[in-house]
Amino acid sequence: MAKNNTNVNGEAVVKKQNQWVEAWKRLTKNWSAMAGLAILVIIILAAIFADVLYDYDNVVIKQNISARLQAPSAEHWFGTDEVGRDVFARIVHGARISLAIGLSANVVSLTIGGILGACAGFYGGKLDMIIMRIMDVFLAIPGTLLAICIMAALGSSVTNVVIAMAVSGCPGYARIVRSAVMPVRDMEYVEAARAIGCTNKRIIFAHVIPNSLAPIIVQATMHVASVILTIAGLSFLGLGISPPTPEWGSMLSAGRAYIRGNSYLTMFPGLAIMITILALNLLGDGLRDALDPRLR
Amino acid sequence: MWKYILKRIVALIPVIIGVTLIVYFIMSLAPGDPAVTILGDQATPEAIEQLREEMGLNDPIIVQYVRYMFNLCRGDMGTSYKTKKAVSVEIFSRFPATAKLSIVAVIFSTIMAIPLGIVAAIKQNSFFDGFSMIVALLGISMPIFWFGVLLQLLFSLKLGWLPSTGNDYWYSIVLPATALGFHNVASVARITRSSMLEVIRQDYIRTARAKGVSYGTVIKKHALRNALIPVITVLGIQIGSLLAGSTLSETVFAWPGMGRFMIASISGRDIPSVLGCIILFTLCFSVCNLAVDLAYGFIDPRIKSQYK
Repeated sequence: MAKNNTNVNGEAVVKKQNQWVEAWKRLTKNWSAMAGLAILVIIILAAIFADVLYDYDNVVIKQNISARLQAPSAEHWFGTDEVGRDVFARIVHGARISLAIGLSANVVSLTIGGILGACAGFYGGKLDMIIMRIMDVFLAIPGTLLAICIMAALGSSVTNVVIAMAVSGCPGYARIVRSAVMPVRDMEYVEAARAIGCTNKRIIFAHVIPNSLAPIIVQATMHVASVILTIAGLSFLGLGISPPTPEWGSMLSAGRAYIRGNSYLTMFPGLAIMITILALNLLGDGLRDALDPRLR
Repeated sequence: MWKYILKRIVALIPVIIGVTLIVYFIMSLAPGDPAVTILGDQATPEAIEQLREEMGLNDPIIVQYVRYMFNLCRGDMGTSYKTKKAVSVEIFSRFPATAKLSIVAVIFSTIMAIPLGIVAAIKQNSFFDGFSMIVALLGISMPIFWFGVLLQLLFSLKLGWLPSTGNDYWYSIVLPATALGFHNVASVARITRSSMLEVIRQDYIRTARAKGVSYGTVIKKHALRNALIPVITVLGIQIGSLLAGSTLSETVFAWPGMGRFMIASISGRDIPSVLGCIILFTLCFSVCNLAVDLAYGFIDPRIKSQYK
């Protein structure tokens, strides 16, 4: 989108709008992406205000055997679990855990993978070869298997889940950032920055990375979804976050024992995972369409 | 062609060494003494020390890794701490079940996804297009284990049509393979649709139509073959998620495969078995990726000519 203005001589000049403003406008026209964003905002708000909505110690963790396995009702919207805890309250607090781990693992793998990919793409040559061959070896191990391997070695805890997810996410980011940096490296403004004496570090962080952000943002959105899905899978297998912490995958796993009479115990945590992943995928698809230069 | 295959197999060797190195070192971080795991808590310190010496656990980690690799090359993956049997025997007795499950899941997802993607592309912006892409998006967003539980609930517990667990009948595979394959249907259908949309707008498609070739023939002979390259790539990538996903599907449906064995070994701290499973899974992934690269040549003669 461009704006028509006139210069001092009265000639029409085309003033280009900021690319991020243009991308945002394109994104707002995509109803499915906006629906994804809206759902995500609701989930994030629920995660932030989880403690205000439900007391963690008394409602989410404390067992109340007299109220066990109650079907969904006005009092307990999603029913109660095998030890009488409110399932809805646990799902709301579960959002906090899934999003927090998903985002922190993403930040760590983006930082490490991003720096490695940026260095490989910017400097090229032997450094590129060494970094990318190491990344190729990591990429030869399917991400979830690598996470299972790390969890098997380190044991289940929140910190170990973040480490496992961060390590398995690094190679993917290194590859994406490298391919985004390579075309920017040869741009004229990078050459100009080098000509005025900017250091390589300044060129990478001030010029190259900001101009390669579009594909990285799309990858980051999609990756949060896959991290949340993998964490739920690990917890389902008993390798992720252990009960009584309200994690969606472990809630679903615990609910399987009661599937015959109380199928809601598996339904609602599964729905929570699916809706979160769906929202992130819708937003990721929309961002890809809005930021992809080929579609402009 | 053979030269290219040989070159690719040779290139696979450093990757396999790197993968085993990473996996071996990660697994060596596991807490606890393997000698104590084998002998039990009541064992005397002398017995533990003797076993550690016999197993070579007192050697530096790199020496242990080199020894493991030498044994691996001879097909020896060590002895299971839990069952005291050879890990290779334990794994290869379960491997056919996992291979069968993965192959049926790939066939299911390919048969479902490619026609779905083609029809969605041909009827772009129609109701069918929108519907199939919503189904695809739901498939990507749905966790394998949850979909598996839903299938069990409907087809086993409510309708009683199919067994909920085990591998006792030929049709026992239907539910685990559907749960595993459905996730891939979504990704493959989406990529088939976008790839077909790109191809059917090409000039040679218009030329073929202008020459009077029927629409069906154009789609089948001209468009599909050209659209298949990205589809094959995604199918190749999906094999990785399929192998990892098989652990989930096998756990849900109590399928007697390698994935379930690996999870049981993790809870029993049976490190050699876990290591063996992960290495074999990764080897399968690398070999499948090589097969995918070679498949390009059969689909696109331009790529085949580069092999020479």
